[in-house]
Amino acid sequence: MDLVNIILQGVLVGGLYALFAAGLSLIFGVMRLVNIAHGDLIVLAAYTAMEVIKLTSLPPLAALVFVVPLMAAFGYALQRGILNRTLGGDLLPPLLVSFGLSVILQNGLLAVFTADSRKLDAGVLETASVTVGGLSIGLLPALMFATAVAVIAALQFMFYKTALGRAFRATSDDAEIAELMGLDRRRVYAWAMALCLGVVAIAGVFLAIRSNFDPFMGPGRLIFGFEAVIIGGLGNLWGTLVGGVILGVAQGLGAAIDPGWQILAGHVAFLLILAVKPRGLFPRMDG
Amino acid sequence: MTQFSISRSTLASRIAGLVALGLFAVLAAAPWWASSSFLHLAGEFAVYLALATLWNLLAGYTGLVSVGQQAYVGLGGYITFSLALFFGVHPLLAIPLAGLVAALVAVPVAALVFRLAGAYFAIGSWVMAEVFRLIAAQATALGGGSGISLPVTVTKALGAKWLREASIFWLALALGAGCLALVYALLRSRIGLALTAIRDSEVASTSLGIRIGRVKHALYVVVAGLTAMIGALISLQKLRVSPDAAFSVNDWTAFVIFIVVIGGIGTIEGPIIGTIVYFLLREFLADFGTLYLLFLGTLAIVVMLAAPKGLWGYAAERFGWSLFPVGYRITFKD
Repeated sequence: MDLVNIILQGVLVGGLYALFAAGLSLIFGVMRLVNIAHGDLIVLAAYTAMEVIKLTSLPPLAALVFVVPLMAAFGYALQRGILNRTLGGDLLPPLLVSFGLSVILQNGLLAVFTADSRKLDAGVLETASVTVGGLSIGLLPALMFATAVAVIAALQFMFYKTALGRAFRATSDDAEIAELMGLDRRRVYAWAMALCLGVVAIAGVFLAIRSNFDPFMGPGRLIFGFEAVIIGGLGNLWGTLVGGVILGVAQGLGAAIDPGWQILAGHVAFLLILAVKPRGLFPRMDG
Repeated sequence: MTQFSISRSTLASRIAGLVALGLFAVLAAAPWWASSSFLHLAGEFAVYLALATLWNLLAGYTGLVSVGQQAYVGLGGYITFSLALFFGVHPLLAIPLAGLVAALVAVPVAALVFRLAGAYFAIGSWVMAEVFRLIAAQATALGGGSGISLPVTVTKALGAKWLREASIFWLALALGAGCLALVYALLRSRIGLALTAIRDSEVASTSLGIRIGRVKHALYVVVAGLTAMIGALISLQKLRVSPDAAFSVNDWTAFVIFIVVIGGIGTIEGPIIGTIVYFLLREFLADFGTLYLLFLGTLAIVVMLAAPKGLWGYAAERFGWSLFPVGYRITFKD
């Protein structure tokens, strides 16, 4: 029963990792950008939520009403102001600029909020649980997983069934032809980044409810999201959910053996899959 | 018919060569004329110059943008300490051994991370460094998560205070100048021609028969070995290793990337200029702590957007400067 429980908890945590990964997968799919500051943006969303809650005294999940649009607007501006200038075939500029951005975000947050670790208080939601067939399922992890499924389903719908999604797919396939058809590539990229940071906002709030956070947590979240993307296969949104679940279960099993092994076990699972299936489990596109 | 001659060196490059040799000779004598704080600073300068030169060789020439070189810095330190503590190897002898072991470790690591293309390689190399760090934190014999200091008995093997400081400084000087000389010689050789071709166009260089995969693999392994030797030296400078410091992404990769980007990526002179700028900024701004890092990050972004080839690349393009020429120039006489 213990083992079943560990696996179940791992699956549910996988939902959070899928939320880290979905935005990363989306912007890579649309503009081949690997944003090294992705994790730091998740942390920025957590701090934004903290400030919104201070101002409005809303409960954390309700604060998303403000945090999602704020982060999305920031994403739009970031893409138009900085990241669009780096795109153009060469690999180095986007990578190095987002790396610089990561250092700026970390130290900016440190300067404003100090290194103290914070947490968002979600009240009873944090401890509430339901018992199903002798297994105790926390309400928060279950909600996190359900949100991940909903977010990925919504992104999937948007990508394949809406005009915006068609613009994303067209720009991804061939940006120049898409521009000939009247799309403004810079604007399409900016919408993709806005959407990505909307997802990041949700991920950030869940992260902040589930555990303590501090300005330097970003790189770790980036790595989890990245591992989920690669395990699931590039360009596959549902794949990121599978990737997140595999990572969550591996970490859970690792932690059960020895607490020091938790993160390491996740990395080892990632490297094993990379060794056996270099393109991930369900690849949709080439790197 | 026009007459022409082909030359590699220019007046500027000959002067630069002489100045470099003179500087090296003066610095080699530094333990006799400088204070210990100068030796310390110069040693640190050499460490960053070497790390930047090596990272530039990977990223600037073969497009292997690694965010995980701290893996080998830490590995070098940990191997040195293990050899000194468990096998009684003299610390100075442990440095080349650390380089060798790390190069061997890099062979399977490269096989794995090379499966990730482009930007994903960057994060994959970072994951690898995290794996190394977490394993080091599990090594209870080496102090686990809090690390371990080099016992006095081992430190004594390096000699009395003056000799110890002098030998660590000489090592830093040798590694810094050695890495620079090696990269210079490498880039002037056949392999250098291949590397420059890969830098300019992977497709074109493949069509000319360059086996890109093999060149990249070999380069990654060599750079890993050399980076580990620098890591070994750093561990002797600090006389202590701990997982968080030895495998620090900020200290051994972020700063190094900023140095190369600001100085000029894909040139030999770039890392030198970048290291000088970095140390100047640090001297003046380090007191501001967090703000200093904010400034450094912003500067790197501005340089990347405004002058993607860095300070040196900008100057070289504009004025035709070249202190360490690796190509050939044709001069026409008519």
